[in-house]
Amino acid sequence: MSEETTRYLVTLVVNGVVREAAVPARRLLSDFLRHDLGLTGTHVGCEHGVCGACTVLLDGEPVRSCLTFAVTVDGHEVTTVEGLAGDNELSPVQRAFTECHGLQCGFCTPGFLCAVTAFLRDNPAPTEEEALEAVSGNLCRCTGYQNIIKAVHRAAEIQAETQGRPEDRGGRA
Amino acid sequence: MKTETRTSLGVGASAPRPDGALKVAGAFAYASDLWLDGMLWGATLRSPHPSAWIRSIDVGPALALPGVFAVLTHEDVPGAKFYGLEHADQPVLAVDQVRYQGEPVAIVAADHPETARRAAAAVVVEYEVRAAVTDARRAALDPACPLVHPGGNVVRHQPVRAGSAGSGAEVVVTGEYEVGMQDQAFLGPEAGLAVPADDGGVDLYVATQWLHVDRDQIAPCLALPEDKVRLTLAGVGGAFGAREDLSMQIHASMLALRTGRPVKIVYGREESFFGHVHRHPAWMRYEHGATADGRLVYVKAEIVLDGGAYCSSSPAVVGNAASLGVGPYEVENVWIDAYAAYTNNPPCGAMRGFGAVQACYAYESQMDRLAAACGLSPVEIRVRNAVSQGSRLATGQVIDSPAPLAAMLGELAAMPLPGPPAYAPSGSRRQGGSGARARGMIGTREEPDPRRLPGGVGRTTRGEGVRRGVGYGVGIKNICFSEGFDDYSTARVRVELLGGEPHALVHTAAAEVGQGLVAVQAQIARTELGVDRVTVAPADTSVGSAGSSSASRQSYVTGGAVKAACEAVRRRLEALAAADPGLSLGELLDRYGPVEETREYRHRPTVPLDPVTGQGDSHTQLALCVHRAVVDVDVELGLVKVVELAAVQDVGRILNPLALEGQIHGGSAQGLGLALLEEIQMRDGRVLNPSFTDYLIPTILDMPPMRLSILENPDPNAPYGLRGAGEPPTLSSTPAVAAAVRAATGLALPRVPIRPEDIALAHTG
Amino acid sequence: MDFLRPATWEDALAMKAARPDATPIQGGTDVMVEINLDKGRPTALLDLNPVAELSRWSWTAGPAPMLRVGAGVTYTRLIAELGGWLPGLAQASRTVGSPQIRNRGTLVGNLGAASPAGDGHPPLLASGALVEAESVRGTRLIPIGEFYMGVKRNALEGDELIRAVHVPPAAGPQCFAKVGTRNAMVIAVCSFAVALDLRARRAGTGIGSAAPTPRRAHAAEEFLAGELDWDGAGPVDPALARRFGELVAEAAAPIDDVRGRADYRRHALAVMARRALGWAWAEREV
Repeated sequence: MSEETTRYLVTLVVNGVVREAAVPARRLLSDFLRHDLGLTGTHVGCEHGVCGACTVLLDGEPVRSCLTFAVTVDGHEVTTVEGLAGDNELSPVQRAFTECHGLQCGFCTPGFLCAVTAFLRDNPAPTEEEALEAVSGNLCRCTGYQNIIKAVHRAAEIQAETQGRPEDRGGRA
Repeated sequence: MKTETRTSLGVGASAPRPDGALKVAGAFAYASDLWLDGMLWGATLRSPHPSAWIRSIDVGPALALPGVFAVLTHEDVPGAKFYGLEHADQPVLAVDQVRYQGEPVAIVAADHPETARRAAAAVVVEYEVRAAVTDARRAALDPACPLVHPGGNVVRHQPVRAGSAGSGAEVVVTGEYEVGMQDQAFLGPEAGLAVPADDGGVDLYVATQWLHVDRDQIAPCLALPEDKVRLTLAGVGGAFGAREDLSMQIHASMLALRTGRPVKIVYGREESFFGHVHRHPAWMRYEHGATADGRLVYVKAEIVLDGGAYCSSSPAVVGNAASLGVGPYEVENVWIDAYAAYTNNPPCGAMRGFGAVQACYAYESQMDRLAAACGLSPVEIRVRNAVSQGSRLATGQVIDSPAPLAAMLGELAAMPLPGPPAYAPSGSRRQGGSGARARGMIGTREEPDPRRLPGGVGRTTRGEGVRRGVGYGVGIKNICFSEGFDDYSTARVRVELLGGEPHALVHTAAAEVGQGLVAVQAQIARTELGVDRVTVAPADTSVGSAGSSSASRQSYVTGGAVKAACEAVRRRLEALAAADPGLSLGELLDRYGPVEETREYRHRPTVPLDPVTGQGDSHTQLALCVHRAVVDVDVELGLVKVVELAAVQDVGRILNPLALEGQIHGGSAQGLGLALLEEIQMRDGRVLNPSFTDYLIPTILDMPPMRLSILENPDPNAPYGLRGAGEPPTLSSTPAVAAAVRAATGLALPRVPIRPEDIALAHTG
Repeated sequence: MDFLRPATWEDALAMKAARPDATPIQGGTDVMVEINLDKGRPTALLDLNPVAELSRWSWTAGPAPMLRVGAGVTYTRLIAELGGWLPGLAQASRTVGSPQIRNRGTLVGNLGAASPAGDGHPPLLASGALVEAESVRGTRLIPIGEFYMGVKRNALEGDELIRAVHVPPAAGPQCFAKVGTRNAMVIAVCSFAVALDLRARRAGTGIGSAAPTPRRAHAAEEFLAGELDWDGAGPVDPALARRFGELVAEAAAPIDDVRGRADYRRHALAVMARRALGWAWAEREV
């Protein structure tokens, strides 16, 4: 490979598993996840922190992985869309997005799922306005957002129904 | 044999998307996710100038970089140097000159994307810059304008002449209107992977709207026979017209064939803005004449669309603007001239609504002016002139299926209006809201929740300057390809036993771009075959063309093909059953083996518009949608909060309610974006805002709740009576929002997107 | 691009002294936009994330304690933990980017980038904040009004880092308003902050995105100090509020760009300033 030669060892706990790779300082967390770890569920839609498709959970909080250098989060925990589901079933947020038709092309979906997972963890019964603001940092071009907001509330319902089942709770590992 | 059983997830059910589970799990492979060991990365060097001669290209410095495997220019194009959807006028790589900023000049393959980008930047190109032609009206109408192409600057001029001009109107309203350049702004930028094959051909995995027309354009440029260019649809992150033209397909294939290694090209967002066509900006002058009681007597219109540097689908866009230029209204006397012109602006082509969007904004603005001039309500003026089944369009074409526009308007107007403006704090709060309140960030006793007001969390008003406005918009869109195009789709359906159960495999080349066609194809198979287990095979070129995922046509045409293939399979199964009565489907399949049929489906033929009179049955199906928008406008600051969008659409037959609603929501949002936010801003042929920081698409706080009524008045000519649904809402939401802002402000607002200064500075004089 | 990763603040200062070309990075939400858009590629990054003390806030000593907001305090935490003392800053922070950006981005990062459009600047100007800049040579407190030097240029020396920003707790109502074309996730077309100091009977102001640097509206502040009836009850005199708005607009030096026209920016500032003064004045009795 002809890219920059100085490499830094980055160790992350990704979806509960210790992952390691030696990468240049320039490596974005999004590229680290996609290229170095092969976790292509995290999408890159704009490369400058606007669209939200690259949202992952860093120590449980949603962040833009395209605006984060992998080296700066060495040693931290990352949850990607691939880590939201339990062993055998989708998480409440994932289920709600499929049930409510909260996606079409699906490119923005992983970012929404991560943002909503953290939001409902902290605010399990949100008001309409709170739910809207929680996903106001994610762009979707297909759905007009109507079914996405339905999915947020539906996910809250499913979460409430299944509370006490820790495998359904995404977010903080 | 029994096939009559209605399965639970057949036509009419909200069958879940078969790709939904993969998409929420992060396991759906988009084109940008593809990966092969040893693959190279392609990058494209693009022109910084909108118009220039190329005096020299030196690829040496790029080739000298470690990790670079190939640097190619137009000299390396193996076959035809030009391609295009309608006319092959677009160079694969610029030949001696560039005609728009962003035109590809050279391509690079390297072992790392960063290296490829650096190498592309290291190619030395000597340009001789020339003046750019950037005014489409001048390009179209001024004979002294420099030529962008030697054949002239007019891509197409389509007149429509009906009746006689300008007779006997008691009320006349005129207006000039403009529509800015909108971008499709799909979320997943252009991407694909080209893999060189042992037979000297190439296998291309790409996000596109139409595999076969891609192949038709790629193969000649690669100097390969069609069977050596094989395309498979990779996961598509939205399309909306932007993937109908080629982007990286030929480039990646050239690099793969040259290097003998797989080559992947992924555009970034900025490159994406330069890498696909946009919606044509339009300048339109309209004159409507009517009787004193508001019945249209004549419409005159001049429509100039900026086609940009290359042809793309501009001729068909002109055909739509011309043929649908008066909208869904009965008027005997019509005089329309629609043009597309070449300029040195970015090429413009397909975007959802395709020529009908621009005209709709203008004619609906005119209808509101006419209503005001006649002292009628916006709804009444539209009802008085509304088309219905049997009406004759300006082109002479008779609408021969239900078109209950007046009833749709009545239903829309009768829908309840949303509550008063949110000057008061939000009332009841559900459990869980207290945390945010404790942080002091939600509306206090004094301050209403800013998220409900124009300006949002920018907190620019607590009700000051806010005025409510309501507006209506009506649109008519042709469904499927028009003007004599041989518009068909192909489906192969196979029924067999898998694991002891009957199973249907549906195979078409139709591109699932997010719209939900995969679900609809499976639903049709379930309904037609009575088989629960259906798989939709990946779309590729090993089956016949499905046509484009555009023009709201796939449920109609590919749906029709799947239905036809299923019916053929069913007939064979019925024949077997007749010969062997009493056997179940499973037993028949067990005894006789798989049954497979392939069918092509064509809609009723259309004819080109007469080049002089614009007459002809150019469309096969027409669809209506009506919108009502309610807005709160801060008239002092010019900020707009859309409070509600309501829509009534006649879709003939609902195939999948949830997916259909999603289409109407999404189309309405894009229309809202055009009304208020979205424009590629140009100066002297240069794009000023090629990023999501400054090209603003609606967020969830910009898109209001929607109220929908979906009608089912079947079109007897279409499969299941369905009417294409994806585009009509994109037409009518723009003029509805604009009209609502006009109602709130009292301003003319002749241009979309409406910018804050258009409102705020008009009010202060 | 080199990557420097100090474990302590002292290490960070030493590294910055040795590599004045290094760009400090905390949440990365400003620095990385520039890098990703190829607008600037630093030769070295100085990652301040490991310096744990930077993510803390505290009160300064002395007779008029200020909040000392460490360079690593994110917008999300600022809103949640300091909003009661710094309402104007909290309102501005809430308009920064998106929830995801606010979880990583920091107020001090906004200062480092010194973009005229940064949302944090106007309330800092209105409150009279101090920037705590430090190098191996020592520490200095830069008054916020002297900190912004030009478009994306600040008063830091090559070897200096911002350790914290000192912000006086609100001494009266504060309001922030920001015009963006979209209702969320938008860079300011222009913005305005006002902070009333009811004890000192003065008002601070801050203007964003309407001049090469964020700036105060001095004449407008003096006008209020002199003309506002600080003991008066009831709403603010409309003519006075209008004049205040005009003076704020006159203090701006905006340009035309893709986000808005200069004349619109001036107009919007006048409207926002007039309204914000009215809201702040009304809130003083709550």
